[in-house]
Amino acid sequence: MDYATLLQLLDSTVRLATPLLLACLAGLFSERAGVFDIGLEGKMLIAAMTSGAVAAISGSVWIGLAAGIGASLVWALMHGIASITFRGNQLISGVALNFLASGITVLVAQAAFGQGGRTPPLSGNARFGAITLPFAEALRDVPILGPLYFEVISGHPLLVYVAALCVPLTWWVLFRTRFGLRLRAVGENPAAVDTAGVSVTRLRFAAVLIAGVLCGIAGAYMATALQAGFGREMTAGRGYIALAALIFAKWKPWAALYATLLFGFFQALALRPDVVTRVTTLDIPVPALEALPYVLTVLVLAGFVGKAIPPRAGGEPYVKER
Amino acid sequence: MQRIPRWADVVLVPIISLALAAICAAGVILAIGQDPMEALNTMVVGALGSAYGWGYTLYYATSFIFTGLAVTVAYHAGLFNIGGEGQAQIGGLGVALVLLFIPWPHWSVALLAATLGAAAFGALWAAIPGYLQAKRGSHIVITTIMFNYIAYSLIVWVLVDVLRPAGQAEPATARFPAHLGLPTLTEIPGLSAIFTDQVPANVSLFVALAACFAVWLLLFRTPLGYEIRAFGKSESAARYAGINPTKIIIVTMMISGALAGMMSINNVMGESGRLLQNASEGAGFIGIAVALMGRNHPFGVVLAALLFGFLYQGGAEIGLWTQIPIDLRVVVQGLVILFTGALDHMVRMLLGLFFRRRAA
Repeated sequence: MDYATLLQLLDSTVRLATPLLLACLAGLFSERAGVFDIGLEGKMLIAAMTSGAVAAISGSVWIGLAAGIGASLVWALMHGIASITFRGNQLISGVALNFLASGITVLVAQAAFGQGGRTPPLSGNARFGAITLPFAEALRDVPILGPLYFEVISGHPLLVYVAALCVPLTWWVLFRTRFGLRLRAVGENPAAVDTAGVSVTRLRFAAVLIAGVLCGIAGAYMATALQAGFGREMTAGRGYIALAALIFAKWKPWAALYATLLFGFFQALALRPDVVTRVTTLDIPVPALEALPYVLTVLVLAGFVGKAIPPRAGGEPYVKER
Repeated sequence: MQRIPRWADVVLVPIISLALAAICAAGVILAIGQDPMEALNTMVVGALGSAYGWGYTLYYATSFIFTGLAVTVAYHAGLFNIGGEGQAQIGGLGVALVLLFIPWPHWSVALLAATLGAAAFGALWAAIPGYLQAKRGSHIVITTIMFNYIAYSLIVWVLVDVLRPAGQAEPATARFPAHLGLPTLTEIPGLSAIFTDQVPANVSLFVALAACFAVWLLLFRTPLGYEIRAFGKSESAARYAGINPTKIIIVTMMISGALAGMMSINNVMGESGRLLQNASEGAGFIGIAVALMGRNHPFGVVLAALLFGFLYQGGAEIGLWTQIPIDLRVVVQGLVILFTGALDHMVRMLLGLFFRRRAA
C-alpha cells in the first residue's frame, strides 16, 4: 500500500469516525450519569431524517441541524421520562426508541417527499461543505507531513472539527467542573449525591439531554455532511458500534477519540475492497468486508478490552428513601 | 408505590399499555395525514375478517411464538437477547442444508430433522455471544446486535456464492424437494373445512405450541429452569447456591438461539420452500415485543404472538391498500415495547392511584 492510498484511507477514517465519536461521547455523558443508552442509534436516525428533511425544505443546513438536534432531544426526553422518572428498564426503553425511530423516519419521509422513505438530495447551502484549514495549500508540498495535513486533517465539513473539539470539552466538563464531578458521582453513588442535597433526577436528565444534543449533531452530520440526504436505516448500527467503542474506551473522553478512530478505520477498510485485496492478496468476498466492522467490534470487545469497569450505578434507577 | 391486585397486574397492565400504544400509533397516523380509523378497519378486515386473513395471521403468529419464547427464556436468566433476528436467519440456513443435501422419504421425518437443524444452527449462533458474555464479559446486548449484522452478511454470501444454483440470478437456494412441503392448514383434515383458500399457516403452528409447553415445563418444572430463574433474579445468590454462571449463561443462550432458529421451519420450510435473503423479515425483533407483552410467560407469549400476527398481517394490508407505508408495523412494535417494557411502572402507578381511591 502506497502513501497516497494510506492517506485516502485515513481521510475516510476521519469522516466515518465522526458520527461514532459524537455518539460515543453522547453515551459517555449518559452512562457516566448512570443511564444506559442503547438508543443512540435511534436518536441519530431520527436526527438524520429530520435534518435531511428540514434542510431540503428550508434550503439551510443550519436550520436542518437545529431541527435534527431538536428531534434527537425529543427522543432523549422520552428515554429520560421512561428510565429516570418512571424507573423503567433502560435497555428496553432504548431498544423501543430505536424501533420507533426506525419506523417513524420512513413514515414521515415517505409522507413528506414520497420517495420511498428517502429525503431529497441536498446541495449548496443545504449541505455542510468541506473546509480548507489555513496553510493547507501552502504546506502541501512539505514531504510526508504536508499531504497528511492537506488530505487527512484539512478539507472536512465543519461538524468534523466540532466533534473533535467536543473531546477536550467533554474532558473539561466531566473532570474540571462541579457539574462534571456531580454527574460522575451520580453514576457511581447516587445516594451520596442525593444526601448532599443535589437532585439526582435533574443531573441525570441533564446528562441524557446532552447525549440528545450530541446524537442530534451526529445524525445531522450523517444526512447533511457525510451523505447528501437521508436514506432508510442509514445509521446502520453506528449507535451500537459507538457503545462498543465506549466500553473499549473505558468511559474516558480521550480514549473515546482513539477508539472511534479505530472503528472508523474498520469502516473505511470495508469501503475499499480493492485495498484489502491488494494488501492481503486474498480474494475476500464483498459480504465479508461488509461484515468486517461488526466482526472487529466483537473481537475488540472480546479480546482487547481487558477489565472494563462501567459506572457502578449504571442501569439502576434511583429510588429515593426506600 | 401503591400495590395493585394481582388480577389487575396480569390483565389490566398489558391491556392499558396496549391501549396507550394504540393511541400513540393513531397519533402518528394522524400526523402523516392519514385516517387512523380507516387503518384500523383495513387491519381488522384484512387480518381477522376471513379465514384467508386468519391463515396469514396464524402464519406470522407461529414465527412470533418461537422468537417470543427465545427472548423469554433469555430474559428469565437476566439476559437480553436482541440477536433473535440473526439466530433465525442462521436457523434458516440449517433448515436449507438439512433439506437440500439429505434425501428424506417423507415430510414428517424431514420436519423433525429440519427442526433439529434449525435449532442447532440457531443455538450455535447464540452460543458465541453467550460464551463471550460468560468468559470475556462482552456486553451481550452489543454482541448479539453485532451478530445480527454478521448473520445478514453471511447469508448474503452463502446465497450469492455458495448455495445459489448455476444459472439462477436471484440470490436464493434451489427449491426443496416438492414432497417435503409442509401441509398447510388447508390440507389438514378437519381444518380444511374452515381454510378453503390456500394459506401459509402450516403444521409448524403445532410445533410452536408444543415448544411453548416445553418451555413452560423447562422454566417452571425442571431443575435447569429453576437455576435459570434463580440466576436471573440474583446472580450472586445463584453463585452462592452453587449454580455455575458460565454454564447457565451459555446453556440459556443456546436454548434461546435454538428457539429463534426453529422459527425457520415455518417460513423457510413451510412457506417459501427455499432459503431467501432476509427470510425472517424482522420476526426476531418482534420476539422482544412479544415476550414483553406476554409478560415473559410461555402462555402469555402465545396470546401476544397472536396479537402481533394480527398487527403484522394487518400492517401488510395497510401497506397494500392505503397510503400508509408498511413500516407502521415497526412503529407499533416500538410503541408496544416502550409501554409494556419501559413504562410499565407508569401504568402501574396510574392503576395504583385508581385502586387507592376505590379502597378509600
